[in-house]
Amino acid sequence: MKIIVCLGNVPDTTTKVKFVEDNTKFDAAGVQWVINPWDELALTRAMELKEDSGNSVDKVSVITVGGKNTEPTIRKALAIGADDAVRIDLNPEDSYVAAYQMAAYLKNEQELHIVFAGTESSDYNGAATGGMLAELLSVPSISSVSGFELEGDKVRISRDIDGGTEHLLVDIPMLAIVHKGIAKEPRIPAMRGIMMARKKPLNVVPPSDVEALTEIVGFELPGSKPPCKMIDVDNAKELIDLLQNEAKVL
Amino acid sequence: MAVLAYMENWDGKFKKSSFELVSYANALAELLETNIIVLSLGPVSEDELSKLGNYGARKIITVPDVLFKTLDNQVFSKVISVVAVNVGAEVILFSHDNAGKALAPRVSVSLKAGLVSGATGLPLSVDPFTLRKKVFSGNSFARQIIKTDKKVLTLAKNSIEVKENRGSVEIEVFQPDVQAGDFKIHMEDVQKQTGKVILTDADIVVSGGRGMKSPDNWGPIEELADLLGAATACSRPVSDEGWRPHQEHTGQTGKIIAPNLYIAVGISGAIQHLAGVSSSKFIVAINTDKDAPVFEAADYGIVGDAMKILPELIQAVKEMNAS
Ligand SMILES: Cc1cc2nc3c(=O)[nH]c(=O)nc-3n(C[C@H](O)[C@H](O)[C@H](O)COP(=O)(O)OP(=O)(O)OC[C@H]3O[C@@H](n4cnc5c(N)ncnc54)[C@H](O)[C@@H]3O)c2cc1C
Repeated sequence: MKIIVCLGNVPDTTTKVKFVEDNTKFDAAGVQWVINPWDELALTRAMELKEDSGNSVDKVSVITVGGKNTEPTIRKALAIGADDAVRIDLNPEDSYVAAYQMAAYLKNEQELHIVFAGTESSDYNGAATGGMLAELLSVPSISSVSGFELEGDKVRISRDIDGGTEHLLVDIPMLAIVHKGIAKEPRIPAMRGIMMARKKPLNVVPPSDVEALTEIVGFELPGSKPPCKMIDVDNAKELIDLLQNEAKVL
Repeated sequence: MAVLAYMENWDGKFKKSSFELVSYANALAELLETNIIVLSLGPVSEDELSKLGNYGARKIITVPDVLFKTLDNQVFSKVISVVAVNVGAEVILFSHDNAGKALAPRVSVSLKAGLVSGATGLPLSVDPFTLRKKVFSGNSFARQIIKTDKKVLTLAKNSIEVKENRGSVEIEVFQPDVQAGDFKIHMEDVQKQTGKVILTDADIVVSGGRGMKSPDNWGPIEELADLLGAATACSRPVSDEGWRPHQEHTGQTGKIIAPNLYIAVGISGAIQHLAGVSSSKFIVAINTDKDAPVFEAADYGIVGDAMKILPELIQAVKEMNAS
């Protein structure tokens, strides 16, 4: 059985975000790119499942929609342990285009088992690609997944809800949209993995023809906020007074 | 033409975010000179449905079938799409919460309607249909155009004032062509926190970071939260260490929250932490380090030892509550 992990390439989360061309483009100059944090957790969980001899996962593949600039991120995923990778050669304009490209590719798979997608990408925060992909592939999707166990040809899922967790049983094929909790810590590639990653297959495929449904036309940085009002430590109680009478939130 | 708002229920009840969504739908319908229709899936009493009428809902379509008690993304989005077509919906609205994020992308694909997720207000313009949303985990905003005739939106929390607009409500029961076998997701059991304020709903949140030093020091955080009717939260290392449950982890990779008041105690204010709380109306920071970045995001700050300051705040809140 195979697990396919959707992989996003995003600016490092500490990036000081800037825009160029009259605030219409993200300034990628000097930016460090990383695997989207949730996709990294998804990949980690996929590797754990593959290594667990108690189930039949024997392959983990990653898939990305992106230009050549995403290859270091893909190699990192291979170094973490993915067996092979596909890059669909296009910079997607929106979540729909990304999902459409992956669906067009995955429809050619002989058999689809399990797909992992992260809950959102940390750059455009679309929270959409996984759900769109599932709809395009006509498979069930489960969101807010914080636990994933295999049990024969079924999947046992923990799904977070407001103020609790649901335990669900789902058939394969399925797509899991994962977030915090799915794996404890993202894996860091080991030296051996980095060496092996160079020889693993990274297939580049041409994109399909599709039009975006949305377009980002501009960016704004948040306005500056008034400075923090400091309260003397010897008069901490004043804080409660200010919250009650000035901010009016108590 | 219509604006269709999908109204999630929690065990048959609506929440403040539901009323926000109805208020938004109402304002949007006014802007587009059309009417609003609310869709509710699963058993909800007539009384509860009627509450939506206080915020502008005039027509509610309800599917009371108990099968719809468990969220199945595929089935739910199919039914929403069918209703959207039946009523000729031009815009389909969701809250930007677990259910909204699960359903909106599927509805977007099935209707070939462009999706903007996490919109922070009414459209900046109707033609082209342009919305503002947060990007880069709250570090900036984007203006995004939907190019298709039909549109799907999820609305970020705290994006619009809940506005009363009372009137009579027409409730229509709809039975979609769905069988038990269409549900591919089987609920085994649910674990729920009881008696605690739910973090994503809370108006006030008291949050502790690594500066609390040990899980044994959480007493004053919990006491302060209790007194304020607040939820408790924490930074990522605190949940990674197992000091607090992972449901409390706030920030970019944890929960994104937007309370009226966020009190950050012993939290340095890393960019990834702030990404999850920067939409709070007011932020209070308590930290021994006067240069901690959290003070740049905060509205009120105290430099000092949390273990000394928290008991004083607790005392002050007790006095406030007593008066
Ligand atoms: C990809 C990625 C994603 C991340 N996502 C998140 C996320 O979602 N959420 C998150 O929180 N972090 C996240 N992080 C981690 C983040 O970068 C910080 O490491 C983390 O937020 C720091 O937690 P902290 O503020 O509790 O601890 P620290 O940074 O160690 O800060 C502790 C603070 O406590 C103060 N302090 C010490 N003693 C006292 C005292 N007695 N009284 C008062 N103050 C005291 C110190 O001055 C210090 O400012 C992420 C990191 C990465 C790389």
